[in-house]
Order: sequence, then C-alpha cells, then structure tokens
Amino acid sequence: MPDTVATGTPKDSTEPSKPAVSAERRIAFARLRDLALIPPIIVIAIVGQLVNSVFLQTDNIINVLQTMSEIAVLVLAETMVLIVKKMDLSLESTMGLAPGVAAWLTVPTGTGHGLGLLPGGWAVPVTLAVGLAIGAVNALFIINFGLNGFIVTLGMLIVLRGILTGISGGQTFFHLPGSMLYLGTTEWLGMPASVWVCLILFAIGIVVLGFTSFGRSLYAIGGNVDAAKAAGIRTDRVLWTVMTVAGGLAALSGLMLSGRLASVASAQGNGYIFTVFAAAVIGGISLNGGKGSMFGAFTGILLLYLIQNVLTLGGVPAQWIGALNGGIILIALALSRVTGGKIQE
Amino acid sequence: MGTAPPVAEASGIVKQFDSTVALDDAHITIHQGQTHALVGRNGAGKSTLVSIMTGLQAPDRGTVAFDGRPAPRLADRDAWRTRVACVYQKSTIIPEVTVAENLFLHRLDRGPLGLVRWSEVRRKSRDLLEKWSVDVDVRLPARELTIEQRQFVEIARALSFGARFIVLDEPTAQLDGAAISRLFTRIEDLQQQGVTFLFISHHLQEVYDICDTVTVFRDARHVLTASVADLPRSELVAAMTGDAADTGRRGSRRPPPSGAAGTLTVGSLTSAGTYQGVSFEVRAGEIVGLAGAAGSGRTEVAETVVGLRAADSGTVDIAGVRPRPGSVPGTLAAGVGFVPQDRHHQGYVPHMSIADNGTLTVPRRLGSYGFINGRVREGLARSAIEDLAIKTPGPDLPVAGLSGGNQQKVVMARALANDPRLLVLISPTAGVDVRSKEFLLHKVEETAAGGTAVLLASDELDDLRICDRVLVMVQGRVVAEVPRGWNDHELVAAMEGVDLDA
Repeated sequence: MPDTVATGTPKDSTEPSKPAVSAERRIAFARLRDLALIPPIIVIAIVGQLVNSVFLQTDNIINVLQTMSEIAVLVLAETMVLIVKKMDLSLESTMGLAPGVAAWLTVPTGTGHGLGLLPGGWAVPVTLAVGLAIGAVNALFIINFGLNGFIVTLGMLIVLRGILTGISGGQTFFHLPGSMLYLGTTEWLGMPASVWVCLILFAIGIVVLGFTSFGRSLYAIGGNVDAAKAAGIRTDRVLWTVMTVAGGLAALSGLMLSGRLASVASAQGNGYIFTVFAAAVIGGISLNGGKGSMFGAFTGILLLYLIQNVLTLGGVPAQWIGALNGGIILIALALSRVTGGKIQE
Repeated sequence: MGTAPPVAEASGIVKQFDSTVALDDAHITIHQGQTHALVGRNGAGKSTLVSIMTGLQAPDRGTVAFDGRPAPRLADRDAWRTRVACVYQKSTIIPEVTVAENLFLHRLDRGPLGLVRWSEVRRKSRDLLEKWSVDVDVRLPARELTIEQRQFVEIARALSFGARFIVLDEPTAQLDGAAISRLFTRIEDLQQQGVTFLFISHHLQEVYDICDTVTVFRDARHVLTASVADLPRSELVAAMTGDAADTGRRGSRRPPPSGAAGTLTVGSLTSAGTYQGVSFEVRAGEIVGLAGAAGSGRTEVAETVVGLRAADSGTVDIAGVRPRPGSVPGTLAAGVGFVPQDRHHQGYVPHMSIADNGTLTVPRRLGSYGFINGRVREGLARSAIEDLAIKTPGPDLPVAGLSGGNQQKVVMARALANDPRLLVLISPTAGVDVRSKEFLLHKVEETAAGGTAVLLASDELDDLRICDRVLVMVQGRVVAEVPRGWNDHELVAAMEGVDLDA
C-alpha cells in the first residue's frame, strides 16, 4: 500500500524564506556555473604561454583539439547518460570494438586477423551499427530489466573488450579501408575533420540539451523521474534513445581514433572512461543526474587536455604525466567543490 | 448542494495489492466549491484513493467521474490533467531546472526548427504566477525555493492545465505555523475563485480550520461524510480510530518533585544568527518543552544539546558531564537519547532492519570486542517492539516497509535503547497518525516518570501539552516560560511573538 511506504526525503523545512533581494544574484550565479571553468582555462593559457611560447600558436591549439577530439566525443555521450542519472562505463570498450568489428569484416585475409567478408565501403556503417547495437543492449538490461547501470555496463566493458581481443587475436588491425581513415586524416578548411566533427557535435549537443523538448526531458528525468512521468514524458523511450545514441557516439569516436592512427589496436580506448568521467564531473555534470550542461562538459575535457599539453611543453617526463593527470583531476574536483559549494554524493 | 453534478465522484472502488485490500467498496463525492477533507489513520486507503482519483492507478472495480462524466482512460494524461490535479506529499518539482521550466514541463513553447523559446516560456510563467499571485522569480532554479513556494508553484501549475479540482496530499506536513496559515489563505482565495479542494491531513485542527466537509476512511472503507460544523472532534476521532478516544486527557501525570537534581543545564548558549543567550535547566523526571515557530531556533538549540551542532559560546552540562561541543558520541556517552527532527533524513536507515536500526546507538551492548551477537540484538529488538507496540511481523523487517507512525516508534526505540538520562525529541509526532501520536507521547511521559529528563522541541500543541513547562523561543531568544495549564491562544500568541494583552 502506498500509504505505508516512506516517501522521499523531505528537505529541511525550518529554512527561513530567503530575502528576495538576492534573487537576482542567485539567478546570475546559476548561469555563471556553466562558465566556471573559463577562468582556469585562461590561467592555464597564460601559464602555458609563459612556459613555452609555442603554446598559443594555432598549430599547437589544433594539435590539442585533435588529440582530445575522440575522447571529447565520449565525454559528450557520457554527459547525456549522466544527465538522465544513468551510467555507461562500456563506452570505452565500444569505441574499440565497433571499429574493430568493421576492420575484422573488411580487412582482407592474409593480413592479420581480417576476414575480408565485406567491401571496404561497409566499414563505416558497420562501425556505427555495432555502436548503436551495444547501446541498445545496455538499454535493454538497464531499462527493461531494471538492473543497475554501473554493474551492467561494467560487465559490458569487460565483455566487449574481451570480444575485441578475441576477434583480433590480441593484435592490431592494419590496412584499414579508406573509408575508415577519412575522418582521422582529412582536413576541412585547414582543420582536421575530427576537430570539426567534435566541435559540431558539441554545438548540436548544446542546442539539443538547451533548446529542445527532448533535451529538456533529459534534465527532467535525471532531476525527478516521477515528476517527468507525471508530466507525460515517455521516460523509457527517452532513456532508450540516450543509451543507444551514446553507443553510436562511442563508435564514431572509435572511428575517428582508428582513422587518425590508421589501425585498430585490441586495447583501443582502454582506460579512457576514467578521464571521461573526470572531465564530465569537473565540467559540472552531477553523478546524481539532472545537472550540468554540454558546454560545461566541453570545458572540462578542454581544461584537462590543456593542462596535459602545458606539462608536455614544460618538459615533464612522459612517465610522470599519468600521476600528474590524476593529481590534477583531484585538485580540479576539490576546486569545483569549493566554488560550487555543494557536497558531491 | 443543488442539482449540478459533483465535481468529482468515486463509487464502489475496490483496489487490492497482492493480499492487502487497500480499498473496499469505497466512495467519495466532492461538490463544486467545497473544501473537502479526507482523513483516516495511516493505511486507511487515503493515498490509494488519491492515486485512483488522479489517474495514476486503475481501480480493480468501481468508477470515477468528473462533472458527471466518466473519467478518461488511464493513458490519456492530458485529459486527466484538465480535470484534476494533485499536490503530492513528495514534490513533483525538478530541483535543478528553473521555475519557468517546471511550470511548463513537457509543453515548452517552441519556435521555428522546434527549438524552445525561453523568453516566451518565461513570459507565460510570469503571467501564470501573477494570475494566481504567487510571488516567485521564474528564473530561479526550483531548488532555491522554500517548500511553501514549491507548493504554490505546483498549485499554479495544476491550475494552468485547466483543472479546477485540486487534491492536496498532506500539504502542511513540512510547513511551520506561519507558512500553513499563508497556505490556508491561499486556499480560501482560490476557493472563492471557484476551485474545489480535496484536503488530506493528519491534523484534525486543520480540518476544522479550513474545510467544510469531511470524509473519514478507516480500514479501506468509507466510514462517514459529514459537515465539519456538525461533527464534534471526539466523534471525528472516534470515526477514525473506531472507538471513542479521549482527546481531553493529558495533565494526569504528576509533576516531578521540585527538589530533583538538574540533569541538563544549558548556560548562555549562543550561536551567531540562530540563537542567543539561551539558558535553562531540565530536572530529572521533568518534561520541558521548547516551543517556537520555524526559524525561532528551537530545533537548533535542541540539536546543539545533542551535539549535532556546536554553539559559538555557552555551556551544555548533562548530568554533571560537559561533553565536547558538536560531538554526538560525547553526548551519547553522557546518557542522551535523541529523536531527530526528520526521521527520513536522520532517524533511520530505511533498508536496514528494525533490529539494526533500533540498536544503532548501543553497539557495545550487542557483544564484546566489536562483534555483534545476533541473539542479543534480536532480544533487545523484540523487547523494543513489544514495549513500543511496533506493528511488524518481526524484528528483521526493513524499516522502509513500516508505516510512518511505526517508523517513528523505531526511532524512539533507538533513542530509548541506552536508557537515557536525558531524552531530546524534535517534532517527534510530525507526520504520524493520531493513534501512534498518542502512544508516542504517552511513552515520553512514562520515560519521564522513570526519572529521565526530557527536552521536547516542537511547535505542535499536542506535543507541548505533556510538558511541565514550555519555554517559548522567538527569533533565537527564550522570551517566555509558560507553566503547565496554558491555553492554546496564550501559547500560540507567545510563539508568534504577539502579546494578547496589548
């Protein structure tokens, strides 16, 4: 009986009503939160320029953007998933397996583990289809069977990685068809295609999340799923779309990386998910759902890669980059806690 | 009520969940312009009826009609929304998005390309809130609103769908006195504009304050519907409990001997912005009330006593010991039992069993060297269940599965588990049905009779009635001490900072 079940956690009722005077300030503050990472990015830019005058040159900036473009697309996918209060750890394996399957089917026999079953033109559709299918499987487990997203996608992470190792024999696919190389190697208007793709996807993401009813329904679902249902939002359908699209985006990200490296390693994407989560959270996305913006997520990953670039330019030995990266993530989280003022759960 | 068809009518409703019958041939009729109260103890079927009448669930049998026409299909949410709206106990506001977006959730204005036109959404939201005179900035994120403002926003949203029949499910449970009276004013205003209300409440006083008709449910059945004016309180309570309850009890307990030693001594406690210079003493066996409106500092003072927060200056002595300020383990060791303000939040761990929850404060008694002796724990839990008459099949049931009143009893059991020398209670009967309330208060009296000093912070008059004296706080200061035998007006006036003689 609903009557006998404890309902939600009521908020502190003794909080006195705040004076209306500060309303303007609070509104301004809420808007500024999106831009919270702009000052640190400027600081890093200045520091970077002082460390090495190469830093602000166009080539270096494009280089940073290209290096981060693939992982940024993962961040975009994860951001959507986190906003609806789900989780997808398997994105990093998807970005390896999807182009891996395409390479497996299209790379001619005799060179590594390729089967050569399909002509090269099929590679891109196959990659995207595999990504979408993986997203759909995640959705099936999480939404229809009501399983915990963390555990389901952790399982998927391991399974998908294992499948890629299986079909590739633990080796790297080379001799990829031309269609798979296109995104990673072509330049449009003097900028690598992958940078364009990444920026355009984020632009689309910002518009969709901020200005479409579909995008707003993500926030409604992540913020209060019962309220979203009561408002007539088909929550399951939206969740399915989000999980599936996230899989597709991960496949696209994998395609970009394979193109740039002209190969699919069996470990492609391994360990990316931690950076993805860190970037999203630093960028203001809440793990509790319903909070954060696409722009914030973009600044999150941008900040991480700029710092990394500054460290490299500053001559920090490559062996130490990992440790420093982890440290930076922790410091950035602590800073966002201090500036945001809310406890992260 | 004239010949117009009733605004809403449910008849012959049967609803069963597994083996539990939630509603058994229940009916209710609500006429235009009424403010109709629906009361009943926890488990009487109120919530189920509400979810059926708002189209969230289908009844197994029976019909619902609005304005004489049968209710729309369950899937047709839009049609339901134009007929009836409900402000649930659990807020349906999304905290992270703006007020404007909450108001027009899933029906945002869209321009060319299907993009949302935020300026239009904000303008319409402002108009809507202005129309129903709700003073909230629509650009604020909803989490910034007070509970009261959230309710107003929810009511405005409900009205914007065209519904003129609104169900309020325990709207006052989380509000303080002043906010409640503002809500009531709002309800009366809306009533004059032709809005009909179904009001669900545990507080009978509220029913008498604003409702004109009352329907009582008991054990899944309709018991009576009557005009509020024609129904004396004792009969209403009798209808709810099924036997004549004595509402006029209290005061039967003998006051503690005046020579008893002071158990709690609070000396000029000050915390900037919340309370200043609070001093009082609670003697063994005495029940002292700490009354005041929300924001008066009563809750904060009580929380300081138990160590949930630390004061800037001042002292708290418990039975001659001065625990480290802000340390709950310290006060527990000094012999304090504590019922926190919000049981959902601080009172219990919902998925843990009654036995675990009830013994959280006394791990030492459960066994030695940090190991827990299951049999000892079960024994303690069983005696608590018996002692506090907790309705449960056994001590292993998770607390989340209990009704509100029984959950609060578990919290009480935990507070009493270490045989406290000082029992501190904050709003101990909030959201608890009448029976459990009586029981809990009686238990407090019994505990005091055993020599325990009791500090009771509440603004609920029924709670305060058991106190030997009541300290009234206004804006962080103790402004009055009222001995037992006060009348309601006197105390309420003191809490609101009004002088009746002036």
